[in-house]
Amino acid sequence: MALKGNLADFSTTQILHLINLAKKTGTLRLYEPVVTKEMIADGAGHKHPRVIPGKERATVVFEQGRLVLAAMGDHDGHLASVLHKAGKLNAEQARVIRERGSKYSDKALALMLINANYVTKADIVRSIRQHTLDIVYDVMTWRHEPFVFEENVTPPPGRITVPIDLKNVIIEGTRRAREIKPLEEELPNLDLALKFPESPGDKFRGVRLSVEEWRVVGFINPKNSIRQIAKACNMTDTEIRRVVYGLLQAGLVELVRPPGMQLPKVQAADGTRRTLPQGPQVKRSVVERLIARIKEA
Amino acid sequence: MQFVKMVITGPFSAGKTEFIRSISEIGAVTTDETISRNAPEYGIKPQTTVAMDFGRITVDDDLVLYLFGTPGQRRFDFMWEILAEGMLGFVVVVDSARPETFREAKSILETFRAYAPTPYVVAANKQDNPEAWAPDDLRIALRIDDHIKLLPCVATDKESVKNVLLELLYAILDEMDA
Repeated sequence: MALKGNLADFSTTQILHLINLAKKTGTLRLYEPVVTKEMIADGAGHKHPRVIPGKERATVVFEQGRLVLAAMGDHDGHLASVLHKAGKLNAEQARVIRERGSKYSDKALALMLINANYVTKADIVRSIRQHTLDIVYDVMTWRHEPFVFEENVTPPPGRITVPIDLKNVIIEGTRRAREIKPLEEELPNLDLALKFPESPGDKFRGVRLSVEEWRVVGFINPKNSIRQIAKACNMTDTEIRRVVYGLLQAGLVELVRPPGMQLPKVQAADGTRRTLPQGPQVKRSVVERLIARIKEA
Repeated sequence: MQFVKMVITGPFSAGKTEFIRSISEIGAVTTDETISRNAPEYGIKPQTTVAMDFGRITVDDDLVLYLFGTPGQRRFDFMWEILAEGMLGFVVVVDSARPETFREAKSILETFRAYAPTPYVVAANKQDNPEAWAPDDLRIALRIDDHIKLLPCVATDKESVKNVLLELLYAILDEMDA
């Protein structure tokens, strides 16, 4: 089953979070947005022009919830180009290898380059890893591209894949986020608290956090609201939102209601704010009779 | 005579009206209006619910279940609170094939949770659409806690709707036992 959508509705960070959590294998394709004259409604009934996929802009491949490969539409992605970009080959070497090595797969070409002492295996892994990350961080700044995630579509044989843990990618991508609005939409209530998920040791293994992020992690406790943590860490609302959003999307923390927190009051039609009375106190037998009736419906 | 009420809510065009129609013993009373040519929703669907949908399931001479469907458009959200008052529980219907509505679905869910701490379930509707997101993916996308039931649903299929309502009633029983 493919996941289709638009980054305006479901961001790259959210897609990575889903792939990471569900340990998905597959290929994410992102396209140039083409705005049509057809109008569609969003969930609130507001009408917007339909955006359809145009030319493919980027492809990102995942295996078992880990990022393994990425390609940008206008880059050739050839191993020689990647090594040239990383400074491991000069322009002439890269050109010659591209011309003469076109019939070889990346894996075969890598073996030849290693055997010829042009590069080491570590050079290749490091260069591909950086190339993949550069593309994904770029994609994480996109806002309106249509996307399709096709499950179980894997890279062609012969491509070199370097598995990268998505948690660090999500956190770094959030650090680089320029726009604040999505953070406010995703984390509107700073009176909520945070807790660690089950098996936090496993989740935090291999994660590289900044000093600021570790300071926030140090205050995580279901009794501390995010606002209190921000105060203790001397952070603005925007700064704490950015850190908490990254930790949330990486699956390192979960939101909880702190003890004693009142349910937010809702605004009534007349403008007053109140909490609705509890639902009717029905007897168990009433619910059981409803169940029996619906079963026979 | 005892009356109990459940609310069927969700974003615009999620399938709330169909959900109630599939199970109600009376021809569901709807307040659908034909969308005018000038309205923003014109062209999306021919009619929209402006105040509420209303369905009924009579259990016996002493007990009746009412299903109230909320209007999906934000400009009618003043009706939500009125409909939520005294509800036994609520169903959030989500169009699984329209990710552009997921953010609104989450917002509606949070609003109804704030109205009253009653049990609720999420119905991942339109699972017969080939572009529908799988329920497990929807759970992550909507950040639904594991202990909340998120159920595959086709609102035009009575058995599917029955299953959602039964799961909500089981959740209500579980809450009574807790």
